[in-house]
Amino acid sequence: MAQFSITIAGDSAINLVFGDTISPETNGVIRSAAQTLEADPIAGVRELVPTFCSLMVIYDPLIIGIDELCERVRGKLRNLTTTEQSVKRIVKIPVCYDEEFALDMDTVAAHAHLTPEEVIALHTGHDYLIDMLGFLPGFAYLGGLDERLHTPRLATPRTRLEAGSVGIGGAQTGVYPLPSPGGWQIIGRTPIRPYDPDRNPPILYAAGDYLRFVPISKSEYFTIDAQVQAGTYTCDVLFEEV
Amino acid sequence: MGVTVNKPGILTTVQDAGRFGYLGSGFSPSGVMDKRAFRIANLLVDNPANAPVLEFVLAGPTLRFTTNTFIAITGGDFSPCLDGKPLAPYKAHFVRRGQMLTFGAPKTGTYGYLAVAGGSFALPEVMGSRSTNLKCGIGGLDGRALTTGDYLRFETRNLDYLANLGSHVLDDDADFYGFDHDEIILRVVPGPQESLFSEAGIATFYSQAYQTTSKCDRMGYRLEGPAIETINGSDIISDGIALGAIQVPSHGHPIIMLADRQTTGGYAKIGTVASVDIPKLVQCKPGKSIRFTPISVEVAQELVRKEEEEMQALAKIVRRPCYGGVSPRKTARRLTPILEKQARISNGHKLWIELEDEHKRAKAASLSAQHSPTHPKTATKH
Repeated sequence: MAQFSITIAGDSAINLVFGDTISPETNGVIRSAAQTLEADPIAGVRELVPTFCSLMVIYDPLIIGIDELCERVRGKLRNLTTTEQSVKRIVKIPVCYDEEFALDMDTVAAHAHLTPEEVIALHTGHDYLIDMLGFLPGFAYLGGLDERLHTPRLATPRTRLEAGSVGIGGAQTGVYPLPSPGGWQIIGRTPIRPYDPDRNPPILYAAGDYLRFVPISKSEYFTIDAQVQAGTYTCDVLFEEV
Repeated sequence: MGVTVNKPGILTTVQDAGRFGYLGSGFSPSGVMDKRAFRIANLLVDNPANAPVLEFVLAGPTLRFTTNTFIAITGGDFSPCLDGKPLAPYKAHFVRRGQMLTFGAPKTGTYGYLAVAGGSFALPEVMGSRSTNLKCGIGGLDGRALTTGDYLRFETRNLDYLANLGSHVLDDDADFYGFDHDEIILRVVPGPQESLFSEAGIATFYSQAYQTTSKCDRMGYRLEGPAIETINGSDIISDGIALGAIQVPSHGHPIIMLADRQTTGGYAKIGTVASVDIPKLVQCKPGKSIRFTPISVEVAQELVRKEEEEMQALAKIVRRPCYGGVSPRKTARRLTPILEKQARISNGHKLWIELEDEHKRAKAASLSAQHSPTHPKTATKH
């Protein structure tokens, strides 16, 4: 049975704290807690924000007070189990690792004593669990980057990275969903838009999903890019049994 | 029909109550900084509670109206003028096509709000909200701040009811904001990470005065003052950031997270400012002194309920029918000459209501009392 404690984040939010370390297990419990609360919503609860170790519940105190909310949340999550999800939702992200986009491939390869091809093989070699979305809309904090690819951030961050840039920062890897300043080592770019305000849903993935980077050539990049521009591209989503 | 922007001000954006449902995907909620002023502005012009308004900071815009409508201005005192004549805030005003609305620098406060009657600006909702999110470039007017030459179209709604709005007036809200005081007090609900601070650190936070700085914007307000001591550093595994969360990074100075905040963060939060006190903070000019006092979450929620009651009471004051509206017969008697005049002026082409300002009306009333004994009843009504 999953245990959690409740902390107070002001008069309109509480945190359900499920642990103090980042792990796929904690992530799985938070995901099931969020699903349980979404499936049968408590009146007055406005939003859920899943993070590494906790789930923030934002509510309207005019509709439900703190005591009743805590009681009802505890009631709903009483039978929450720690069993991991049986089906993984995997979003395939095509990435072009061509040198035109991979501004820092040489740095990453040199740091890891590997060839660029080996870096690409390691980076695309397995699926990454989304621990949390934050920092920017649709910015996914991913767990599980191969240790050999851990690379320090740039000493001087770039003032602008294009949307879709795929990078490595320390032990983390991820995609910039928007143009943004950034200090990560850039090793490729995806033509897809993880975030599109005119699409429903605007964000392709949620905490608890997995991302799989799929290497594509430059010509494939531009083909997909054209489809994305035309609004005809749909991202591949797989469901795999664990 | 709407309004053209002759000067944009420093940062003038369209905002509503905010964009909700996407915090879990990393979207800042955006929305107005001062929800109280926003709510009152919409109340004064009989708009839906979540109608978008113009929010401006430190310097207001210069706007020319291309249609007749009613407006209300709330928040800080930006000395609003209509065609050069001072306009009282916290009051619904009739504006005519062609009139120019200007603002000065704020005498009090930092954020000002302009609500337009009839349901406000005709702009598309993006992800359920019309709030401008500058970082993502969505919402409001093309996802950006207003600039010279912009044109904002109004929603069109039958404006017959507007005749009543001339009486919509409230006292200004200076007492609530503490504009006349050197220091304001913000009530704080302790947590979620108060336990990471030392007893001395917590004592410092609740006993010393902090000052707002120039580094205060829609994302957050950075304060200066005695450093708040932690037990073992202030880094945490990133978790959710609520509105009003008081983050304390390793330098020990608090940062209060506001409308454009990031949704998650890795600094310990000593407490969260009570929702009802956030407008007070938002309206603080740089250098204003702030003290914090702890309250329980139950008390903070009671304050939310009290404020709701206060707003309902204000709505009753604003929506009370004006004298002419009490009896249909009286209303008809007053409206007939106005409608006839309109029909004359517009050649029966289009019906529009031209209201004289109160001064003129009072003058006309007294004149007709003196000179037109044929309408003694109308003249002695009040």
